[in-house]
Amino acid sequence: MNIIVCVKQVPATNEVKMNKETNTIIREGIEAIINPFDTYAIEEGVRIKEKIGGKTTVLSMGIPSVVDLLKETMAVGIDEAVLLSDRTFAGADSLATSYALSMGIKKIGDYDLIVCGKQAMDGDTAQVGPGLAEKLGIPHTTYVRKIEEIKEGYIRCQRMTEDGYEVIEMPLPAVITVVKEINEPRLPSLKGMMRAKRAVVTVLTAKDIGADSDLCGLKGSPTQVVKTFVPVHDVQSEMIEGEPEEQAEKLAKKLLSMQFSTSDSTEVI
Amino acid sequence: MNYYLTEEQQMIKELAAKIADEKIKPVALKYDEEGTFPHDIVKILADSDLFGVYIGEEYGGFGGGIFEMALVVEELSRACGGISLAFAASGLGAFPIILYGTEEHKQKYLPDIASGAKLAAFGLTEANAGSDAAGIQTTAVLDGDEYVLNGTKQWITNGGEAEIYTVIACTNRAKGARGFSAFIVEKGTPGFSFGKKENKMGIRASVTSELVFEDCRIPKENLLSREGMGFIVAMKTLDRTRPGVAAQALGIAQGAFDEALKYSGERVQFNKPISSFQAIQHMLADMAIQIEAARCLVYQTCRLVDSGEKSISKESAMSKVFASDTAMKVTIDAVQVMGGYGYMKEYPVEKMMRDAKITQIYEGTNQIQRNVIALELIKGLKTKK
Ligand SMILES: Cc1cc2nc3c(=O)[nH]c(=O)nc-3n(C[C@H](O)[C@H](O)[C@H](O)COP(=O)(O)OP(=O)(O)OC[C@H]3O[C@@H](n4cnc5c(N)ncnc54)[C@H](O)[C@@H]3O)c2cc1C
Repeated sequence: MNIIVCVKQVPATNEVKMNKETNTIIREGIEAIINPFDTYAIEEGVRIKEKIGGKTTVLSMGIPSVVDLLKETMAVGIDEAVLLSDRTFAGADSLATSYALSMGIKKIGDYDLIVCGKQAMDGDTAQVGPGLAEKLGIPHTTYVRKIEEIKEGYIRCQRMTEDGYEVIEMPLPAVITVVKEINEPRLPSLKGMMRAKRAVVTVLTAKDIGADSDLCGLKGSPTQVVKTFVPVHDVQSEMIEGEPEEQAEKLAKKLLSMQFSTSDSTEVI
Repeated sequence: MNYYLTEEQQMIKELAAKIADEKIKPVALKYDEEGTFPHDIVKILADSDLFGVYIGEEYGGFGGGIFEMALVVEELSRACGGISLAFAASGLGAFPIILYGTEEHKQKYLPDIASGAKLAAFGLTEANAGSDAAGIQTTAVLDGDEYVLNGTKQWITNGGEAEIYTVIACTNRAKGARGFSAFIVEKGTPGFSFGKKENKMGIRASVTSELVFEDCRIPKENLLSREGMGFIVAMKTLDRTRPGVAAQALGIAQGAFDEALKYSGERVQFNKPISSFQAIQHMLADMAIQIEAARCLVYQTCRLVDSGEKSISKESAMSKVFASDTAMKVTIDAVQVMGGYGYMKEYPVEKMMRDAKITQIYEGTNQIQRNVIALELIKGLKTKK
């Protein structure tokens, strides 16, 4: 099974500083790390390979120095690394990133499963995984917390939801994005670190992967960041007790008493 | 200070530091309180390949020496001097095989020690033979193709957890220390069991047990070197591994210092951080000076040992004495810098102070080390004449 794990370099801090003029993230002068959510994707990719055999390739789009981070992934079991690096890619939003990565994946060619972290710690959009699947025309499942079964052409996994999980089957190739509940990433081993030191990362340009420069980077990015904020979830539930008839009656009364109006639920941001 | 470590040594140190910070620090207090053996951390260390750093490549290791071992011990000890001992004591058990084992011994035992699949331990001390190791009573009698062991070893680190034991026993009592021999004994051998497990002041995550031999029969091939070489095997092994104890002490001292320094910047009294008081500043400076001096001595001694130099007893003793006395002093001062908070279990320094003490006692007390150093000095005086 050929597994591609997509990872992103992010600043090693939870306090992301924004450039007020361009509304983009300031990356200068901050230590770079692999997006923490992606480390679960790496671990899951390596575990699948260890269980059923195959090859793992890590793929990223970023500045040339990301090569060093990709080498680190080889210390925890990744076999090969590909970096898409080109000025044309600069300033990409999640759409342009999905496009570039999809072209990179097509270039790598033979793949069965693509694993991404659920979202990046800096941008928090969670769009690249699904976007990638659309660009490649293959199915995807987000927020995977467990892979129940995986074999040639088939995957069954658990998708985490706010109040439980769904079991989803997909044909392969497919994309999954994983949550931190899926595993505990291993530490590197000394042998792995030695191997990583000697490893070579393939660096590809936009031209190498046949990407249309109009769809890459800033040019290919229609996103306008107007405002950023953290959405609040404060759903409160209440269990209604009693016989089914009683419960239905209580529920109906409750709903009626709440007197929903449409005016305060249409606020659009 | 830049110690110009090789790229490999740097990598080893970094990996050990990562394990110490991410995996050991969070559980150090728990293991200290429970006094149980850290199987999960030993598994992490095994998976990381670190057990192999001081074992030859031909046996699945990395071909390093005491220096590589010491770097790991130092980093792990920053987080917990007890947990690091499971690693260090396996080295102590392995070195007699590395130094005196036949090719068969090495092929048979070293790969499992290098991979961390099996721990090793070293059994010399007995109830009536501590500093005076020449007083051991455990016997080994050759009977056909087997040696028959009888006696009890006391306070053996990794006792019960290790699979491979190097044990010193008398094969000829009439000859005193010249009548000792060293053996490899595997756990599970009939007649070999584990007695009392100690309840200790510090390094409580480390297990310290009795090894009990009752007509324990081991193959004759398990003799290390020759009959009569046991005392030499023990002394030469300890000369080499003593910088490992020094590294443990160094790591404990560094860990305590890091805590104290950080705390001194956070704790405000009289409207100022306590780090602004000269009394605290000088204590911190003294701690840092002693730690750095200890590190210089320990690293350089490791390099000397690994160079293959024959005469290393004095230097090895010096590194152990200096680093362990430093650890004791620094941990006491760390508690002092942190005041009442330092005394509480919410902060790790009280544990470090308890852990530090053992480094002045085992692998030869610091008094015995000073005897060794002085003897070497006097010997040098005589040869000069
Ligand atoms: C936690 C722990 C783990 C251990 N692990 C191991 C192990 O894995 N394997 C093993 O073989 N042993 C092990 N030991 C034993 C350890 O090496 C001995 O405890 C140590 O050598 C000292 O012996 P003793 O405790 O009997 O002290 P004693 O020899 O009784 O000494 C008592 C005091 O007298 C002093 N003293 C003794 N003789 C002299 C002298 N000639 N001159 C000046 N002062 C002297 C000592 O310095 C000490 O202060 C361990 C001990 C402990 C506590």
